Amino acid sequence: MAWRRHRRGAARGRPLERLTETHTAADSAVAAVFREEAGRLTAALVHALGDFDLAEEVVQDSLVAALEKWPEQGIPDKPGAWLMTTARRRAIDILRRDKRYREKLVLLERSDLRPDAAEADDRLRLIFTCCHPALSQEAQVALTLRAVAGFTTAEIAGAFLVAEATVAQRIVRAKRKIVDAKIPYRVPASGELASRLDGVLSVLYLMFNEGYLSRGPLTAMRRDLADDALWLTGLVATLMPDEPEVIGLLALMKVNLARSPARFDAAGEMILLPDQDRSLWDQRSIAEGVALLERAGGMRRTGPYQVQGAIAALHSEAASWTDTDWHQIVLLYDALVRMADSPVIRLNRAVALSHFAGPEAALGEVNDLAIELSGYHLFHSTRAELLDQVGEPVLARTARRRALELCQNPAERSLLERKLRT
Amino acid sequence: MKYVLMFAGSVDEQAEWENMPEERRAAAYEQVSKWFEEHGKSGKLVGGEELQGPSSSTTVRIKNGKATVTDGPFIEAKEVIGGFAVVEVKDLDEALAMAKSWPGGGIVEVRPVVDHSNG
Repeated sequence: MAWRRHRRGAARGRPLERLTETHTAADSAVAAVFREEAGRLTAALVHALGDFDLAEEVVQDSLVAALEKWPEQGIPDKPGAWLMTTARRRAIDILRRDKRYREKLVLLERSDLRPDAAEADDRLRLIFTCCHPALSQEAQVALTLRAVAGFTTAEIAGAFLVAEATVAQRIVRAKRKIVDAKIPYRVPASGELASRLDGVLSVLYLMFNEGYLSRGPLTAMRRDLADDALWLTGLVATLMPDEPEVIGLLALMKVNLARSPARFDAAGEMILLPDQDRSLWDQRSIAEGVALLERAGGMRRTGPYQVQGAIAALHSEAASWTDTDWHQIVLLYDALVRMADSPVIRLNRAVALSHFAGPEAALGEVNDLAIELSGYHLFHSTRAELLDQVGEPVLARTARRRALELCQNPAERSLLERKLRT
Repeated sequence: MKYVLMFAGSVDEQAEWENMPEERRAAAYEQVSKWFEEHGKSGKLVGGEELQGPSSSTTVRIKNGKATVTDGPFIEAKEVIGGFAVVEVKDLDEALAMAKSWPGGGIVEVRPVVDHSNG
């Protein structure tokens, strides 16, 4: 039968593929070191060498060297110093081959070159450079993961399921553009800061969603993209403590991650929010998210991430799906539509509306989005749910089939297939 | 660092510009000259010109040393380059800031020029 073939094909998709790498405590210790050290190291070397491309390259080389050596030798006592020595040696090798770089060699021989010599501001400079709008967003994501969070090219390729050569090429092109077009290495001036920070936050949110949505029950990657996005956002929040939208995004991520233990059943099938066992949610992480939202709210500059965080928090604080404060959620979606209107936001608003004003009202709003969202699987699956509720099972089936045709994520596909069988 | 700002617009915008009533065009010119004047004073502007419309264009193609002359722009595009400015600034952000302040509307492409001074 056709659907069986589909199913097997789907099973070879995202979450299960990650089983090919085994995850150990040592691996996560290495990942934690990389993410703590890589950004500082890159920043310190960019500072010393005045050359982003070279600094980023030799840090990457030192990470790869560590991945070869540390599993046998163990993590050194001062891993940051080990990585710095390795990166520096590599840089000297490269520079010696080129007479033009004599001056830079002298800089490298300075004894005060330590990763912690980098100012807090230096890592922020690094982040803004990696997320410059003159680079494609794909390149911004890859470059930030490599230079700031210490991902290897192979790990980025694994996280986004693209060929390693593709990621490598993206990085090379982006770094070439930074040099050729002279993209500055600095935190943008106050006039541009708001729009540039938006760019950084959308890179972090994209990383998070990619990790969160494709994260299956059997995640076995050494690096977890959602955790790293959370870490990066926390870093930006520490470095820019007066920006409420950064805190809002951090809260949104925390509240969503709190629910992840309930998102899959023992057989690895995805469970949607209404059917999740809420006792599995991480209450501490939810409380942290709510506290962050309160802190951001106190700054009195609201924005789309704070509102999305508030919506997620309302879901997380409800005792059950039916007990959710749907009226408040619809009001928050109204605010979100005013700040950042998009068809996807309107679709989510319609789901909330169906619980508050009934499925007929929501179906009307969803149907209005038919042209804009015709290629979006969640449009068709949402419509299918509403059609079921208003007693149109035949139309619901057609919509669900369309959703299945458009859906790539194996866990979501499996969910749709289950519903089509009932 | 030297960049060229290429000012472009759609074919429709170009036609609108060419058929614009005199007083409106004069007002638009005034804003554009103000932009050139302001950036000229700051020393960031090296040069620049407004180009006549694509209908005035002639293309010379050189292949194997042989030149062929044809009428019209070299490529049938939906966008037309209407002019350019050469600017000398610190980095891309400064060039982008100038492009963002361009009063002529449309599209501004910012391209670094090749530096032959080290060659």
